[in-house]
Amino acid sequence: MPKLDLSTSPHVHSGDTVSSKMTGVLIALIPAYIAALYFFGLGALIISITAIGSCVLFEYLIQRFLLKGSLSILDGSAALTGILLAFNLPSNLPVWIVIVGSFVAIGVAKMSFGGLGNNPFNPALVARVFLLISFPAQMTSWPKPMPWNPAYLDAVTAATPLAILKGQFSEVPDTLNLFLGNMGGSLGEVSALALLLGLAYLLIRKIITWHIPISILLTVFVFTGILHIANPDAFIGTPVFHLLTGGLMLGAIFMATDYVTSPMTKPGMLIFGIGIGIITVVIRVFGSYPEGMSFAILILNGFTPLINKYIKPKRFGKVKRK
Amino acid sequence: MGGIHPKEHKLSAGIRIQNADLPIQAIIPLIHYLGASSTAVIAKGDHVKVGQLIGKANGYVSANVHSSVSGIVNRIEGALDASGNEVLSVYIDVKEDEWLETIDKSTDIKRECILSPSEIIKRISESGIVGLGGATFPTHVKLSPPPDKKAEVLIINAVECEPYLTCDHQLMLEKGEEIFVGITILMKGVGVNRAVIGIENNKKDAIALFQKLAKTFEGITVVPLKVQYPQGGEKQLIDAVLGRQVPSGALPIEVGAIVQNVATTFAIYEAVQKNKPLFERIITITGKSMSRHGNYRARLGTPLTNIVEQAGGVPPDTGKIVAGGPMMGRAISSLEVAVAKGTSGVLFIQTLESSRKKMQNCMRCTQCMVVCPMGLEPFLLMSQTERSMWAETEENRIMDCIECGCCSFACPSNRPLLDHIRFGKMTVGKIVRNRHGKKE
Repeated sequence: MPKLDLSTSPHVHSGDTVSSKMTGVLIALIPAYIAALYFFGLGALIISITAIGSCVLFEYLIQRFLLKGSLSILDGSAALTGILLAFNLPSNLPVWIVIVGSFVAIGVAKMSFGGLGNNPFNPALVARVFLLISFPAQMTSWPKPMPWNPAYLDAVTAATPLAILKGQFSEVPDTLNLFLGNMGGSLGEVSALALLLGLAYLLIRKIITWHIPISILLTVFVFTGILHIANPDAFIGTPVFHLLTGGLMLGAIFMATDYVTSPMTKPGMLIFGIGIGIITVVIRVFGSYPEGMSFAILILNGFTPLINKYIKPKRFGKVKRK
Repeated sequence: MGGIHPKEHKLSAGIRIQNADLPIQAIIPLIHYLGASSTAVIAKGDHVKVGQLIGKANGYVSANVHSSVSGIVNRIEGALDASGNEVLSVYIDVKEDEWLETIDKSTDIKRECILSPSEIIKRISESGIVGLGGATFPTHVKLSPPPDKKAEVLIINAVECEPYLTCDHQLMLEKGEEIFVGITILMKGVGVNRAVIGIENNKKDAIALFQKLAKTFEGITVVPLKVQYPQGGEKQLIDAVLGRQVPSGALPIEVGAIVQNVATTFAIYEAVQKNKPLFERIITITGKSMSRHGNYRARLGTPLTNIVEQAGGVPPDTGKIVAGGPMMGRAISSLEVAVAKGTSGVLFIQTLESSRKKMQNCMRCTQCMVVCPMGLEPFLLMSQTERSMWAETEENRIMDCIECGCCSFACPSNRPLLDHIRFGKMTVGKIVRNRHGKKE
């Protein structure tokens, strides 16, 4: 008789793994990545490879030499942070700034809290906001989209539609171009079409539920809609314009839905999403920054533990007897 | 609410029930359930017949034990049971197969029940019947709700949601009419005129047969249910068939329901109509590498190894042997343990599948909460248990956990959620009992 395992039930497992979830998100990012390469060319390629490579390297070094724990880079979460960070950066950013960002994301925002699952704030967004405050000039110069653009640091720049709205007047692209992503912006945020394809994949594979992305998008749509209808002269941006511009789609679909930093229950997710939507619009419309998505998500990340404490799942047996 | 869809692997489905060979020596435990052990009423050297009382119930939550074989009592001493505890057992050297004369051995179906409700309950109690679904709670206790609570409906649990197991399914196919008579007896016993049988859709043949039978019995309906684990849990089944949720800490009678398993119902038929006490049950022997899967009618006390030999022996690549199903069964260290009233199957798991994968950090993917049928937060209960935060775990309703294992099954990080929750439940359970003790 072979040596028998005596561990307790259950004796079978679904076979689901952390890396299968992470790989699922990476697959969902493929359309947006293709769009990034198409619109920003060489710059997008350099930035994404740098970000992924340096994020994985930093996690490896920290895990190996500081924490002396088991290897965690194979679960795919470091690579995912890398690509998400790249998606939040302009495509003409110097390589060394990207590496600084990767260090902030992995070293400061993730590993110092204990690695995957323990970070209170979304690592890629912490890095983005850190870079935005530290290098405001470089972080707000946006290359003009050009099919398979061969230029990197010397790419021709243009204002983003949201910045145009804030008074840097030039022509705003039409809705179709906004939807396809033919506008200035961070390399992964421009194409709503590609991001929505990613959302469809995430929902079909059941990697995320609709609650966070849809509540954010709906809140922004309704809030900006009310403002626009109330006073179209003061609030020029239509709801559709707000949905298709800036980091809203990227944030709602890929950043706010990060497992670790978002609430656990469905009602909690709705509160989280509505909160993000409101803060984003307030910053966009009334604040001095043209875009508020990353700030809004980080602020609500801070509320997540509180939401989890008070919004509990529906317990069995609480329903009134029929 | 919640639940999972593990691969069914009902490999022994449709295989006719065969009789397991009589053992040379039967080892019959005197306790088969939570509660008090029965008291031995025979002594070393006594000659016993099949069906003869050997252990008398000791208190309210306790049940009689009957001899499953005829022969000479060799000794009465401790033996390991399927859960790894040493329990007092009667060792009987088997001679012939001599049944008590009072037992009706014929297979004719007797539909008419002449006993009064209280006589039915008394007969069930005398016959040592316990829940055969696995919990082995004495049936007469379940059938005697407190006087201020009124049962409205009887629910027959024919779900068999555990993967691999087919003992109930096969029994339904072969003893359908007897089970229906058993249901009418139960309805009379508890005084209800409505019974609902819940069967999962993966047993189409049993559903068809039962729907046909239901036409000839009054007040009995069959409810086909979608396949979902742990729908066979008492609270889950009541919710599925009646749409009523039993409140936290309460019993099914709170919503007017009494639940009985199909195999128990068959045992009740035999006890009441055939005067046959509970001394045998159907058990599934299965596993992916098993050469001959099967459903066996085994006498209590038969060493598992006997039946396994009959089914072709232990597969060479076995890494884990489970008494029961893969979700809630218990891993056993040896096949020398005897069939008890709650032994529904023996499952051989291949080495490849049996070892646990390395645990990773919780990434808060919410899987455990999505699958929890009780609406709990397994990830939180685990981390609070690790930190000995007992007041918080109680507040987060750790005692509601039914230990179905959905959370550990689903966790992508391979976290042993249920292991920790079980430990937490043990500790919180003690704290709660102490508190009640002080109040009284």
